[in-house]
Amino acid sequence: MSTLFAILFYFATLVFVVGTLYRISVYTRTPAPLKIPTTPAPITTGGVVLRMMREVFLFESLFKANLWTWGLGWLFHASLALVLLRHLRYFTEPVWAWVAFIQPFGMYAGITMVLGVAGLWARRIFVERIRYISTPSDHLMLALFLAIGVSGLAMRFVVHGDVIAVKGFMLGLMNFDLQPLPSSIGLYVHLSLVAVLLMIFPISKLLHAPGLFFSPGRNQADNPRDKRHISGWAKKLESK
Amino acid sequence: MSAKITAPAYRIIPIIPALKPGAMEGSGPYVANDKIQGALGFPGQLVDDWHDQAIAKMGELLGKYRSLAVYMDSCVHCGACSDKCHYFIGTQDPKNMPVARQDLMRSIYRRYFTLPGKIFPKLVGARDLTREVLDEWHNYFHQCSECRRCSVFCPYGIDTAEVTMAAREILDSIGYGQKYDNEIIGKVHKIGNNLGLPGPALKDTLEGLEEDVKEDTGIDVRFPVDVKGAEVLFITPSADFFAEPHIDSLIGYGKVFHATGTSWTLSSMSSEAANFGMFIGNYEQLRKVALRIRQAALELGVKRIVVGECGHAWRVAYSFWNTLTGVGDGADPDDQFAMMLQKQLDHRYKQPMHICEFTWDMIEQGALSFDKEANDKHIITFHDSCNVARGSRMGDYPGGQFDIPRNIVKSVANHFVEMDPSTTHERTFCCGGGGGLLTDDLMDLRVKGALPRMEALKRAADEHGVNFMACICAICKTQFSKVMPYYGFERNMVGGVHQLVSNAIKLGAK
Repeated sequence: MSTLFAILFYFATLVFVVGTLYRISVYTRTPAPLKIPTTPAPITTGGVVLRMMREVFLFESLFKANLWTWGLGWLFHASLALVLLRHLRYFTEPVWAWVAFIQPFGMYAGITMVLGVAGLWARRIFVERIRYISTPSDHLMLALFLAIGVSGLAMRFVVHGDVIAVKGFMLGLMNFDLQPLPSSIGLYVHLSLVAVLLMIFPISKLLHAPGLFFSPGRNQADNPRDKRHISGWAKKLESK
Repeated sequence: MSAKITAPAYRIIPIIPALKPGAMEGSGPYVANDKIQGALGFPGQLVDDWHDQAIAKMGELLGKYRSLAVYMDSCVHCGACSDKCHYFIGTQDPKNMPVARQDLMRSIYRRYFTLPGKIFPKLVGARDLTREVLDEWHNYFHQCSECRRCSVFCPYGIDTAEVTMAAREILDSIGYGQKYDNEIIGKVHKIGNNLGLPGPALKDTLEGLEEDVKEDTGIDVRFPVDVKGAEVLFITPSADFFAEPHIDSLIGYGKVFHATGTSWTLSSMSSEAANFGMFIGNYEQLRKVALRIRQAALELGVKRIVVGECGHAWRVAYSFWNTLTGVGDGADPDDQFAMMLQKQLDHRYKQPMHICEFTWDMIEQGALSFDKEANDKHIITFHDSCNVARGSRMGDYPGGQFDIPRNIVKSVANHFVEMDPSTTHERTFCCGGGGGLLTDDLMDLRVKGALPRMEALKRAADEHGVNFMACICAICKTQFSKVMPYYGFERNMVGGVHQLVSNAIKLGAK
């Protein structure tokens, strides 16, 4: 079983890294021929960085749109971020001081993450408009996060796993020195689902994470009168 | 069709409407005939291998526009945009929710360009491109006015206008264009303006206008055409030359130029600010229409280019002209195409400049004086035009496009009231006729799409006695004067900012 999971994780990580880098390279290569920031937009690059940070950390636009979606969405994402950071302890030896510091918060974040997902799912089921636009994959995505969260919490609060051994396995993976994975159904479920998440990342709507940084509506400075903006294929029209 | 068009009821509380699937299913615009299509170099009718050509075109656009590539991938169906579109609010058709409109194309994108869509189409909402899908596209991508209101609220900035433009571009490329837009673009190529008003007729109209103003004010306000060596080339929507209430703003521009002693000229060859090339999302058409302005500027040797009251035209001018034609600043020194024009222009001034920026500059410098009481019969509110609000700027700071027109109104009139802030500034609602939909065959849609703006106006009228809605867009002016009677308003309640300027300006005072 340890070998199986080792192979799974190597494969999932490869798919995640190569797939996501490929999508990012597509976005990078594709030109933006016209200036289309949603105005009012920042005039300078510094302003664009600030706007982007407000979007990434505070979900500014979503806040303007709908407080429920914003609240639940922000709760989910902020919790997920804390949970991910907390999990760094399984990949570092010695554990960094700040990672040790956030351990208790990360634990609660696991709970708020599940609550956030549940709330978002309720919205998807009970709000007529959101139900109309939902595809089966939208529901499955939430189910996936919910299952990852619940299986993780179960190992923490219900059936305690051998975290030392799990850490040994993860460090082993990173050093290409295979260590045994403790045999536990909860752990198998948790890790399998995480591997699934990694693998579908580059081919699903999870691409919204890198996508935001490449959105011309948000990442362009509002300076078209001051600086001529022209893409390669558009420039060729001028020599005709 | 027009007999049964009625305005939807005002919502007592503006709650989000319930869905009425299929409400606007058969409400699309007329299809362009082969003559109209041919004039733009598009196939005359639906080509035989439309399926393969459409997919190929989509692939091409995905490679040419980062916006499309990113926007197709990034939507998470969060629903933030779902209640933001005026056409959804007015029609309740779920396919008029921005996300659902995008999904009409995203479903095809997933099927032909993504792995999950190729393997498990049902799972990810992917579907084959069929003839029914094409009809659906033609219908619903002509129920979007490309106003970008949804993009304000999207956490990833996904702009449905970009998707609509791409869809229309694909439809045109397989011979399934829209009559109204493509016919108008053909007229610009042939004659120089959307109306098909030839040079001599334009000159006649303007001479008549000079006589009218003389009769009215006793002063010789000129409306010059094709004057070589004039300082300012003025580009305005051709509706300003004869439509009501547009012409009253044209008189206002003329008076401002007169009072400030500015030498200016119109161009008979390039007598159109509007650029419907943007509406159909076709870069070549957009560019070709815009190049007439470059040509006029070079031929007339002007130092400045100023643009009249028109929403999408200002977006094209402000955001795209520098890219398309070199009207602007900051080209590379070895960029010969742009430098040729940029060397000629006077860069102490913004290039191009909006007429509101021009007038406000003059007011700030004390070059204009007004008799504000002349507008006392009006209690005025201001409708932010979508393309100005969310696709451009005026002045030196973000949001100047909101302040400058309001500053002008407050300088020329005593009574100004804002509408509900959830319907103004960046959150403004489209008039319901933008984006190439200002055609009689879409009148039902136009009336319904005006609902959110009419609701806000109604409240302002009931609470503050507002009786005049100023705006700075030719399409808004035409659309409102047409649909306002459906909502029980007088059609002359709408007018331009420079119409108010015209009422109050003191000529010969300084």
